[in-house]
Amino acid sequence: MDEKINLKRRIADFKALDPIEKNRLLKEFLINNSLYILIIAAIIGIQIYQPRFLSLTSIINILTLSAANLPIALGIAGCIILTGTDLSAGRIVGLTACVAASLLQASGYANKMFPQLDTFPIWLVLIIVIAIGALIGFINGFCTAKFKLHPFIVTLATQLITYGVLLMYLMNGTNNGQSISGLDSKYTSFISGSIIRFGSVAIPNLIFYSLGITVIMWFIWNKTAFGKNMFAVGSNPEAANVSGVNVTLTIIAVFVLAGMMYGITGFIEAARIGSNTASTGANYELDAIAACVIGGVSFVGGIGKIRGVITGVVLLRIIFVGLTFLGIDSNLQYVIKGLIILVACALDMRKYLIKR
Amino acid sequence: MSEKNDALLEMKGISKEFPNVKALDNVSITVRRGTVHALMGENGAGKSTLMKCLFGIYSYDSGEIFLDGSPVSFKTPKEALENGVAMVHQELNQALKRSVMDNMWLGRYPKALGVFTSEKKMYEDTMAIFDRLGLKIDPKRIMSTMPVSQRQMAEIAKAVSYDAKIIVLDEPTSSLSDSEVEQLFEIIQKLKANGCGIIYISHKMEEILRISDDVTVMRDGKHIATKPASELDMNTIIKLMVGRELSNRFPEKTNKVGETVLEVVGLSAAHNHVSDVSFNVKSGEIVGVAGLDGSGRTELLEALFGISERKSGKIYLSGKEIKNRNPRESISNGFALLTEERRKNGIFAILDILENTVISNIKSYRSYYLSNGKMRSDTDRMIKAMRIKTPNSSTKIRSLSGGNQQKVILGRWLLTEPEILLLDEPTRGIDVGAKYEIYQLIIELASKGKAVIMVSSEMPELLGICSRILVMSGGRLAGELSAEEATQEEIMKLATSNI
Repeated sequence: MDEKINLKRRIADFKALDPIEKNRLLKEFLINNSLYILIIAAIIGIQIYQPRFLSLTSIINILTLSAANLPIALGIAGCIILTGTDLSAGRIVGLTACVAASLLQASGYANKMFPQLDTFPIWLVLIIVIAIGALIGFINGFCTAKFKLHPFIVTLATQLITYGVLLMYLMNGTNNGQSISGLDSKYTSFISGSIIRFGSVAIPNLIFYSLGITVIMWFIWNKTAFGKNMFAVGSNPEAANVSGVNVTLTIIAVFVLAGMMYGITGFIEAARIGSNTASTGANYELDAIAACVIGGVSFVGGIGKIRGVITGVVLLRIIFVGLTFLGIDSNLQYVIKGLIILVACALDMRKYLIKR
Repeated sequence: MSEKNDALLEMKGISKEFPNVKALDNVSITVRRGTVHALMGENGAGKSTLMKCLFGIYSYDSGEIFLDGSPVSFKTPKEALENGVAMVHQELNQALKRSVMDNMWLGRYPKALGVFTSEKKMYEDTMAIFDRLGLKIDPKRIMSTMPVSQRQMAEIAKAVSYDAKIIVLDEPTSSLSDSEVEQLFEIIQKLKANGCGIIYISHKMEEILRISDDVTVMRDGKHIATKPASELDMNTIIKLMVGRELSNRFPEKTNKVGETVLEVVGLSAAHNHVSDVSFNVKSGEIVGVAGLDGSGRTELLEALFGISERKSGKIYLSGKEIKNRNPRESISNGFALLTEERRKNGIFAILDILENTVISNIKSYRSYYLSNGKMRSDTDRMIKAMRIKTPNSSTKIRSLSGGNQQKVILGRWLLTEPEILLLDEPTRGIDVGAKYEIYQLIIELASKGKAVIMVSSEMPELLGICSRILVMSGGRLAGELSAEEATQEEIMKLATSNI
């Protein structure tokens, strides 16, 4: 309601300006939103070149891939709001994916990691991987908050540790470092199967799980004292302390929550990929950080919105899929990804620079 | 001396417009050689903008600047410096982890063999300037290990090292103790004797009247008056600044002192020099804490509030012992602390007024989730009660003036319904009109029975609104004075007793 009135007033204000001012504001608007404008232009371009790009199957594909990556981005976004980062995210996804897969291999499968064990109930495995994520997140948060280390350093270390643990885990039983496959069909259909169909196209369940998680995260960010405290700590930790915010606990909680999100991503990815190795999850954190930055979660600290994270994840995915559709060399795709991140960060910083 | 009347710097008809605001409207000032020209006005009057136009930080829309008779227009601060115009900013821009001399020659290191920087020449040149100004600072000392006052002196020395003819000092004494102010004034006298022109921006009337030769008053971006300091007194300046008569600098003390609520016995801090401090505060009472910079005033409040660790000592609230181990516990015991450095540990700059207001009280808005309506109505109530000038509660706090930011933080604390208010320099960097309003708010709070402990470097302010004044010196309580009978001299004597 208020926003609507505000918008009307702003339009009226804009109309009242003289042409020079109008031009200046228009230019500002174009520069500040140039990333979105470029991406929309790119989508139109790809669509003209490859009409299948925006077909229903393709859109569902983009949404599925986005949904799989959304929880990890939502987790990392919290760390960025605290002016931190999390380099261990991808490896935690890898570890939890492999753990989930190994516990949910079909009972008759020949190369089962734990042949003597029955297939676990799905809910129990979900809880186990969330707990693993939370534990590593706790270590990240504890070291950051208590030893006053920069999260970059802490998560650089835990990333290595987690990877080592993952490699050791894959040596279990007769597995000997092989990939873990032969997943129980109940598990794969729980994630990738579909209850709802859209015409001839099936919508994978994981899209709805991701939506549910997004709603929960929106609630945590916007409607809880913890959420408000997170933004306050990200904006000015000293003032937060004086104001009675438990800064240590807030930092730890943000990292624990992030770890839980990585666990969920691992759980989803294990079933979606089907065959999990030590490289599962590698570099996921970089895509997630890029998505957050594109979505306006700022390294300045204390700034970010859930809808920004969603926008970032989906846009990044559209670009990746689009580049593949255009048949662009995968090596060149890295170059383009890098450029997009640079432009996004530069535009983001521009908003917080003091104009003179 | 006819030379003294030479116009060293002339700014003529300077105008500057920001989107929607006319920041400077046809302002002219003339600084004479070998004099101090004070620039006064409330916050937002355009003093800083005028200086930034001179210094090349802002471009001006119209007007002319003459330095030594020849027209100049600096595009960058570097250009201004190279032409002998230097500015010492209120917020010192220094590379804190580097040494004094590194800071001094930053961007123009003396070279040896064309490529290497010459440490030896840097050291000698720095010493030469320090000797000239009578400063006792080791050029190799790391900036961050020095008190603000010395860092400021180093910054002035840097201005001198550029052979500056015009030196702008923006609020130079806001973080200096009285003895340090004396040292600054001595340096200013030396600079005057060398023929420099000093532009001196300050809110402190006593200083202005003492040190300056000419005074220019600005209001709302306009030039109001320029007069010799000898023809002015405090009331005239205030009248020119606010455009109305402020009959009293302090509101009437309407608060009634009641029973003792807070008793502090033998308080010592674990990691700083605050030791064995005992005092009590009664309900409805405003107790001032005076002392020089570094006397442990801020540290005392921090120890009381649980920000810094205590070694020993007991705190009794209404006769019951309390611990106050951390700010959260202190807040639940009914304490509130308004910190000294607003930007560092007071405001959340990028968040809006609502978020800045409710943060200390956030748990009370929680049933199953945070209620936006309740937070908004509480914030609006505080905006009204504190007379905060803002379009609405979703305005970002950084776009408010210092005085209004301070009111938001006061509002934040009032929502926690505190019994004991600890105020650390509540009026620092706030203009005269807003100061009066803050005094009013403090007295109103005391009238409602709250106990207030107020640290301040401005002795008139302490004498004006407190009933008792505790004087700190070297981390200890040097004495206690009744505000009715105390004089600035007595406070000074106690403040310097333990050094």
